[in-house]
Amino acid sequence: MNVFAIKAIYMYEMKRFFRTLMESLLSPVISTSLYFVVFGAAIGSRIDQVEGITYGAFIVPGLIMLSVMTQAISNASFGIYFPKFIGTIFELLSAPVNFLEIVIGYVGAAATKALMIGIIILITAWFFVDIQIMHPFAMLAFLILTCLSFSLFGFIIGIWADNFQQLQLIPLLIITPLIFLGGSFYSITMLPPIWQTITLFNPVVYLISGFRWSFFGQADVPVGLSLLAIMGFTALCMAVVWWIFKSGYKIKS
Amino acid sequence: MTQIVDITDLRKTYKGGFEALKGIDLTIHEGEILALLGPNGAGKTTLISTLCGITTPSGGSARVGGHDIVTDYRAARSLIGLVPQEVALEPFEKVINTIQFSRGVFGKPKNDALIERILRQLSLWDKRHARTRELSGGMKRRVLIAKALCHEPRVLFLDEPTAGVDVELRRDMWQIVEGLKADGVTIILTTHYIEEAEAIADRVGVINKGELLLVEDKNALMARMGQKSLRIDLREAVKTVPKNLAEYDLDLAKDNLSLTYNYDARGEGTGITRLLQALAKEGLQLRDLHTSQSSLEEIFVGLVHEEEDAA
Repeated sequence: MNVFAIKAIYMYEMKRFFRTLMESLLSPVISTSLYFVVFGAAIGSRIDQVEGITYGAFIVPGLIMLSVMTQAISNASFGIYFPKFIGTIFELLSAPVNFLEIVIGYVGAAATKALMIGIIILITAWFFVDIQIMHPFAMLAFLILTCLSFSLFGFIIGIWADNFQQLQLIPLLIITPLIFLGGSFYSITMLPPIWQTITLFNPVVYLISGFRWSFFGQADVPVGLSLLAIMGFTALCMAVVWWIFKSGYKIKS
Repeated sequence: MTQIVDITDLRKTYKGGFEALKGIDLTIHEGEILALLGPNGAGKTTLISTLCGITTPSGGSARVGGHDIVTDYRAARSLIGLVPQEVALEPFEKVINTIQFSRGVFGKPKNDALIERILRQLSLWDKRHARTRELSGGMKRRVLIAKALCHEPRVLFLDEPTAGVDVELRRDMWQIVEGLKADGVTIILTTHYIEEAEAIADRVGVINKGELLLVEDKNALMARMGQKSLRIDLREAVKTVPKNLAEYDLDLAKDNLSLTYNYDARGEGTGITRLLQALAKEGLQLRDLHTSQSSLEEIFVGLVHEEEDAA
């Protein structure tokens, strides 16, 4: 294992993050604060409680997931797409590194950034609402697995994308709607029965439900199923990444 | 001489069926500078990319320092440094960081003293905290060389390192290459500029349409294939070449004041003595004599055309 290479890639990516620290952290913190102001205070004050939880507190897990998923995807996709775009990918391809080491470096850095943002949003939430975490270890496990799996997914998008438009395509057209329709701001039990069934085909529902369970002990779907879903998604992404490096798809001729 | 790169029947066929390398056989000796000459699309970059691991070979094999580039790629690649044709650098990163990154991905621990030495050698030390986008084109090329050298490679591939740079920088680059050779680094250089190969290479390889036409010692090649010519400046103009000199196939200049005699420098008898005697017999008075040898460029063009004619 080329540990120096993993460290070099990881540190290089983290330096990029710290170079733009204000933009990297301030933007999600402001967005989250706005969500709390709009949904928590303005709209939330007119909603009594959801499943016995104040609406402001209820949306915290969904908001964290929203930011973590989008940040993990955008960091990982940009991390690998940028060297492709500017041509510095040659260095990685000609270095004595294997696919696993490259993935650990890039995905590890993207997941770390997403995790940091998730924790900062959680801290921000404490300024607005009173929240308790019933299962802190489960919360951390869900958070880390989500950061990891969506960073892997972002890495795949970064390899696949041929231009900046494509880089934004999947996050904007698929991921964001799935997150919004995945119960970030509501419990799926609030939907009409037919929509409840349809929503169950949305994989994000399982992640948000499991994550919300770790906070409040209540879930839309069984927590075991949520864990299985996130682990399955991680495994699928890893298999795709393995195939990409095995076949050289879009990186090697 | 010790072999450092050994290529056997190396082939590369791209997905569309284009055969970029058609069975390359080549041995490169440790410490030499080999210049690969060839027109656009000849296969120079594909050959380098394949050896460095950027492109997957379709057939054949290659070993660097005795390590197979596919089955033992880690050991092989750790011996190689690559300076690509395009100036590819992350624009917002500092020079020192991008070089430390390169050393890291090649599996080497931090070595500030070595990086300082390389940066000083390449006159980059004062620019180490500059972002790469702030550097001039020449400086950027130096950064690429520093990146390629920072993991102490034994073989350095320079893919058209002076393409599009001014004459002064080109000569600077040649000096850098000479310095690297003095440090024991084996250099494989691809270039369009024949004068570059002529100035710095020990051996020259000519590649065209994926085939290596020849690899030979530069001086031996020029001596073997080089035509020499003798220009005879006359004191007085002549209207035509005298009939008695017909066997020498002389060319009369437009101003009728000089004759050119082409001869083979390899031959035992060049015919110069007989020609001068014949000129004296004809009563032609000479003002000056000049000899010149055909350049590598003429040899290269001749070889490529010869192959195209044969095809």
